[in-house]
Amino acid sequence: MKTPGLYIHIPFCRSKCLYCGFYSSTSLDLVPEFLKALPLEMDLYRSEFSSFDTLYIGGGTPSLLSAGELGAILEATAKRFTISSRAEITLEANPADLTPLSLQAWRRLGINRLNIGVQALDDGALAFLGRRHNRSQALAALQAAGDAGFANVGLDLIYGLPGQKLADWRETLRLALSFSPAHLSCYQLTVEAGTPLSRLLARGEIQLPNGEALADLFFTTAAELEKAGYIHYEVSNFARNKDLLSRHNQKYWDHTAYLGLGPAAHSFHGQRRWWNHGDLGAYLGDLGKGVPPRAAEEKLTRDDLCLETLFLGLRTKKGVNLRDYLRCYDRDLLSEKSEPIALLEKKGLVMIKNGCLRPTLAGLAVADSLALI
Amino acid sequence: MENIRNFSIIAHIDHGKSTLADRLIQYTGITDARTYKDQILDSMDIERERGITIKSQAIALPYRTKDGKDYTLNLIDTPGHVDFSYEVSRSLASCEGVLLLIDAAQGVQAQTLANLYLAMEHNLEIIPVINKIDLPSADVERVIEQIDTELGLDPDNHLKCSAKEGIGIAEILEAIVARIPPPQGDPSAPLSALIFDAHYDSFRGTVIHCRVFDGTVKSGDIIRFMYNNSVYRVEEVGHFMLSRQKREQLAAGEVGYIIAGVKTVSDVRTGDTITLDNRPCLQPLPGFREVKPVVFASIYPIASDDYQDLADSLEKYKLNDASFIFEKDSSAALGQGFRCGFLGLLHLEIVQERLEREYDLSIILSVPSVRYRFTLKNGIAMEVDNPSHYPDPGAIVSSEEPYIRAAMMLPERYLGAVMKLCMDKRGSNSTLNYPSPGRVELSYEMPLAEVIFDFYDRFKSVTQGYGSFDYDLIDYRPSHLVLVDILVNGEKVDALSQIVHRDRARARALQACERLKEEIPRQMFKIAIQGAIGGEIIARTTISAFRKDVTAKCYGGDISRKRKLLEKQKKGKKRMKMIGSVSIPQSAFLAVLKSDND
Repeated sequence: MKTPGLYIHIPFCRSKCLYCGFYSSTSLDLVPEFLKALPLEMDLYRSEFSSFDTLYIGGGTPSLLSAGELGAILEATAKRFTISSRAEITLEANPADLTPLSLQAWRRLGINRLNIGVQALDDGALAFLGRRHNRSQALAALQAAGDAGFANVGLDLIYGLPGQKLADWRETLRLALSFSPAHLSCYQLTVEAGTPLSRLLARGEIQLPNGEALADLFFTTAAELEKAGYIHYEVSNFARNKDLLSRHNQKYWDHTAYLGLGPAAHSFHGQRRWWNHGDLGAYLGDLGKGVPPRAAEEKLTRDDLCLETLFLGLRTKKGVNLRDYLRCYDRDLLSEKSEPIALLEKKGLVMIKNGCLRPTLAGLAVADSLALI
Repeated sequence: MENIRNFSIIAHIDHGKSTLADRLIQYTGITDARTYKDQILDSMDIERERGITIKSQAIALPYRTKDGKDYTLNLIDTPGHVDFSYEVSRSLASCEGVLLLIDAAQGVQAQTLANLYLAMEHNLEIIPVINKIDLPSADVERVIEQIDTELGLDPDNHLKCSAKEGIGIAEILEAIVARIPPPQGDPSAPLSALIFDAHYDSFRGTVIHCRVFDGTVKSGDIIRFMYNNSVYRVEEVGHFMLSRQKREQLAAGEVGYIIAGVKTVSDVRTGDTITLDNRPCLQPLPGFREVKPVVFASIYPIASDDYQDLADSLEKYKLNDASFIFEKDSSAALGQGFRCGFLGLLHLEIVQERLEREYDLSIILSVPSVRYRFTLKNGIAMEVDNPSHYPDPGAIVSSEEPYIRAAMMLPERYLGAVMKLCMDKRGSNSTLNYPSPGRVELSYEMPLAEVIFDFYDRFKSVTQGYGSFDYDLIDYRPSHLVLVDILVNGEKVDALSQIVHRDRARARALQACERLKEEIPRQMFKIAIQGAIGGEIIARTTISAFRKDVTAKCYGGDISRKRKLLEKQKKGKKRMKMIGSVSIPQSAFLAVLKSDND
């Protein structure tokens, strides 16, 4: 049994970005109340969880909390659970919030990994996305993070923006690579329901690149980063070496348990998934009554878990471990799906290596269809 | 007999036929609306959705006029599509009059006219009824004018109603009594009863719906079906009310049912005459036609495990559909299935929908075909309706295809377009007739194969719905035929093969490739589609593979949603057939026949 991970959602932003589907509120006056409620939620899970070896503070914009506030959260966590000594502790940060002072403070708090939401390195793109920072702030932030001594700095980038040319994207990648980041997440711009982006698209005010262009962007990204020596360990995630993968995120893909605290946070334990209200008011209300702020829960059947193992595993370079699959589900994937797998192998979309069913790069790009076998 | 009225309601689609029928039934008090809906209207939902009726439902309504006399008003419902025009005509032949229903807001529409022509052919008394007068957009004056100018009927003799609001119902019932003539007939003459429908009841067997013209029939009588001289002993006769009501006898002029130990509906022929075995009538009633299936297709279960379920469902379905035939069949591409015969493409679609919905089956239908004739070198003559049984081309001496004579009625302004359509369909030997100003009667001889698939839809389209179309099989004529095969990634898919006239082969092959390209979704690998005759490729298209479909993010909050989406997609995939490595949706097989301008 692998050690579980802990996710804490900070549901506040100064402004909402065009594309973001994560829950957050701009009513920053509610921060104190949220900070008081969070430990109450932790208390509700003390019997079910005891220790974690990753802690991921995401949002929203966690970096808009003061160092003091972040410290209080970490302290409350440490009081109730065991955070292993070599835990990976990640803070998501907005480039505009990275000052030498805050960086120092975060290091002192024990945060050992930063994930910076750069998204783009072009002012036009940044404005389009509704980001709070500009290109020079982004570059300054990357510099400052390195200067402050963070060894494990990752950044997020988005491709597939309207009108974005392949050459522009290559430039962005090269610029990002010049900082030698420990980690890169390169996401295709995804239209989430209910976002301003979805409305723009619906009204025909913007046009996104077609399937061919998006495929080109994906494969170009993979090629560029591979050339620079990065490990393409998941569809959108790259690490400079094997010790710099996001240990927390990997738990999502290998069915390790995780607890999610805060509004909209998701959890997985045993064979259950549950998630909290995607609303600060409802979250606070339930905790005020001493009730877990859950919106819903599901119990997974064996078939559900099998399908999850498949589609989650096929998103990653190491793929689906066939022996583990057999042990877990009493199913021999190779013989059950021998024909479809043989066909996929023939077409160069998967390979069987070291007892794992692994996607090739071409297979990774169509991983969702692979999972349908 | 004086106190009987036999009538039907005819109308353009959605002009309120069912609602009016409901009101008449409610008004005469044999039931309240809810019970009626629960019992009768809940069945046949596929029919209601398509706005057509497949079965002729009859119901006897007791009515007392204003001046206190009692009558029985027999309302006979009619099916409404050219595939079933024979059934419509037999239902109308059982009536003396019709209510011609016209929507007050929409006015006279295509089917109003088409139905009127049909009623006139049967010399029925026509009562125009303007419905939906409650609508704010109702323009009754305009409709009255249309009754005069477009229908050529006496505008002063119309009625007004709102079936929805229950207005004008009493007047309609009075008019039915006053204006529709009572049936004529001699109850003491030899029995002569017209079968206009039949259905299967799991408790009682086949229930025959009939209109007695002469004579009487009662329980214990030995009756004879005149089409094949089979005899049966009558167990029960009666009237259709909310449920069947047993009666002592059915006499001349009445509409009702006969139960006589007839095993299946296939033993009964719509339009046949029932008479007494020991005292038969001299002649059967006019208008009888042997209804034969003319289009054939194979049905396969998508999952071979479902074969038995499919077999059972086909048996169950057949209990209530005499014109549907089937027998075992198999395909190299699709496995074990059944070869089925239908009256037309609509019939086929209805059967398909019924199997999927009522019996919850995932099925594939092969490309439909008509029945061709071949004479081979060794003297053998064979009939082929399954492309996979196409004989060796080297052995064929002659080939023939079935021809029909199409009888069309349309407003003159569409004549040019319709003639062009018929010529496109290899039509010949046309005749033209002007029965009244502005109206044209056109007939053409055409190959059945050209007509069976989308002729009716295109005909309706070029006449904007105002044309009516019916056809009769005439004979088989020599024709140069070839077999067009479709290959998917180099593999021949026998269920997609078609027997085509030589001159049409290239176009048909191209069309098939184009349609398949539209219907088959892009997949992880490239798909090459080719049309071939003999070994020669005469058409080809390619469906490129998609290179990326994976979503960018999959973190804690995305997993549940993604799993559900994949489960849904898996279900969708189950409705597609894997041919080699290609997933082909069911819709592709029928779409292959749709021509470009649909």
